[in-house]
Amino acid sequence: MTSPASSTPLAVRDRSPTVSRRTIPPALWPLFGTLALIALNAALDAWSPGGPGLFGPGAFLHIAVVDGVPAGALLDILNYGATFAILGIGMAPVIGTRGVDLSVGSIMALAGAVAATLSVGGSAPAVSMAAALGVAALCGVWNGVLVAAAGIQPFVATLVLMVAGRGIAQMVTQSQIITFHDPVLEYLALGRPAFLPVPFAFLLAIALLVLTLVVVRRSALGLLLEAVGGNPEASRLAGVRTSLLVAGTYVFSAVTAGVAGLIAAGNIKAADPFNAGRNLELAAIFAVIVGGTPQQGGRMSILGAALGGFLMQALITTMYARDIGADVAPLPEALAILAVCIVGTERGRSALMRLWRRS
Amino acid sequence: MKRLLPRGDSVTWVAALILLALVVLGAARFDHFASLANLGNILGDYGYIGIAAVGATLVIVSGGIDLSVGSVVAFTAVAIGALVGGGVHPLAAAAVALAFGTSIGAAMGWFIAWFALPPFIVTLVGMFAVRAACFLVSGESTAIAHPFLDSVANGWEIPLGGGGVLPFRGVLLLLLVAAGTVVARRTSFGRSLFAVGGNARAASMMGISVQATTIAAYALAGLCSALGGVVFTFYKRAGDPTAAQGLELSVIAAVVIGGTRLSGGVGSVAGTLVGVLILGVIRLLIDFQGDLNAAWTSIAIGGLLLAFVGIQQVIGAIATRFAPGPEGAAQGIER
Repeated sequence: MTSPASSTPLAVRDRSPTVSRRTIPPALWPLFGTLALIALNAALDAWSPGGPGLFGPGAFLHIAVVDGVPAGALLDILNYGATFAILGIGMAPVIGTRGVDLSVGSIMALAGAVAATLSVGGSAPAVSMAAALGVAALCGVWNGVLVAAAGIQPFVATLVLMVAGRGIAQMVTQSQIITFHDPVLEYLALGRPAFLPVPFAFLLAIALLVLTLVVVRRSALGLLLEAVGGNPEASRLAGVRTSLLVAGTYVFSAVTAGVAGLIAAGNIKAADPFNAGRNLELAAIFAVIVGGTPQQGGRMSILGAALGGFLMQALITTMYARDIGADVAPLPEALAILAVCIVGTERGRSALMRLWRRS
Repeated sequence: MKRLLPRGDSVTWVAALILLALVVLGAARFDHFASLANLGNILGDYGYIGIAAVGATLVIVSGGIDLSVGSVVAFTAVAIGALVGGGVHPLAAAAVALAFGTSIGAAMGWFIAWFALPPFIVTLVGMFAVRAACFLVSGESTAIAHPFLDSVANGWEIPLGGGGVLPFRGVLLLLLVAAGTVVARRTSFGRSLFAVGGNARAASMMGISVQATTIAAYALAGLCSALGGVVFTFYKRAGDPTAAQGLELSVIAAVVIGGTRLSGGVGSVAGTLVGVLILGVIRLLIDFQGDLNAAWTSIAIGGLLLAFVGIQQVIGAIATRFAPGPEGAAQGIER
């Protein structure tokens, strides 16, 4: 295009669209964000005087082998990030269809409570897990009916279960923290497969991601969901069963929250109805939006949401590595999600562009 | 024409009837249920919720939502705790807390208005960020001791007769409901709130500054939350960073039960007082029953909130059918 003879201003003007067209797909942003955070931590370790160095014990990149199992910050990101990734995979279709599910944290607590109570009562692992996921699915049906059939705004409909769900979980465990010994549940969270040195929870998240992608993208389902998110009324008039699809997204979100709740319970070998899943609804929303699903719906990226979950955990692990307490950690998290949301708006983007051009 | 549409009042009357029914039910089942002493207790115990709910009413009428109420209340408590612990007079500490609450509300309003972000995301971020800020100020619950607070807790009350008293926090709630009603019904700002909540585009075409109205609504809500927090702190005399979790649902429930529509444009501050009284009476019923778990309260509140959203949905659908022309159609758009 640009001939050598053209004047300088034109050449400058020509360059900017080419640069912006070569951007990476939004779904991969969280992956690069995660790598950048890991690099930041490595740099901080390497340069801090008297610090652990790049790979020394206590360093972010250090991988210790404890009881024959590899451990370290990187493994933490894979292991605990799996919970966020699973929540993100569930939340992406909800936000993609203009909804939101604020009840995922409480559903996690409820699923953990049900599984632990049954497990302590002597049920087989398969029975207690199936019951927990069944209860979670019922919660999803409840949310779905309120949103799709009763027409209540999603955040209000799911706020009810966000608050009441924790109360139900407390009633299930009779306001106790129930500790249990269940090899299957513990393996779900802490297991290491013999063939791969990565946490089982991570593999579970990947399996769920692949399964969801196949179902959503190899059929018309994804297209229909995005149509509903883009214009619910037009989709309905075009013959799409809007209510059923919307209700289905809440059931899916609730079931993934149930899986995340089982992992969370397995992690601490206990069901804590007070704290399990607390504050995780914001993490799930963060994972979805940072992964390139716009908050006004109409498009969704399930891969992006899963990667966003690992970015969330990379942020949290970074804060632990830098000695920021768990209670204070939501502050930077909240600011990060606000920043991501602002970049998602037109006004935020144009303001960013202006800043970019000025520098 | 206007009267054909359901005003907030029609749901408010349903709420008032339910309140009456609950009181009659309680009086029939338990001795000493319907007493002035219990009325004073409810107005006192639910004073801070009601005060915060007055601000939330203005925000919801303008078509928004505020999920940060509980966190702002907790922040007020720990901030006053830290300041009074450092030798500041409680009233001065309260003024600082009110200024903080107003600014956090205004900041959230600005993000919502300027970037057109969904209110629930911005205030959810506020909810988490302010809660984390509580732990930044104080890692654990601290007692607040000051002679002034003792005199407020013990002396500031109006005798109601029959041994009952109306504590100062109840008086403050009634005053704030009156003030909120005047602001909503008698000022141009109040009319702007209803206009923006009813149809933001139409309001903007009529020359109302939607952004300024939105920011002012959230700033007032922040002020009310902080005032509720001050009342809460003066009553509990403790700065607990985990206080008032889940308060936002109670506040939203009170507002919605009182007849304010969640989609905005319809509502009343007086109705919110009815909603607060219903929450208080339900709590009282659960306490009198005695064998019910405290978790039942949040479940009952959630159920009642849903029931009233349902009632509004039905009334809204009937109104849309019977309302003539674009006025009726306007009820359906926007989310």
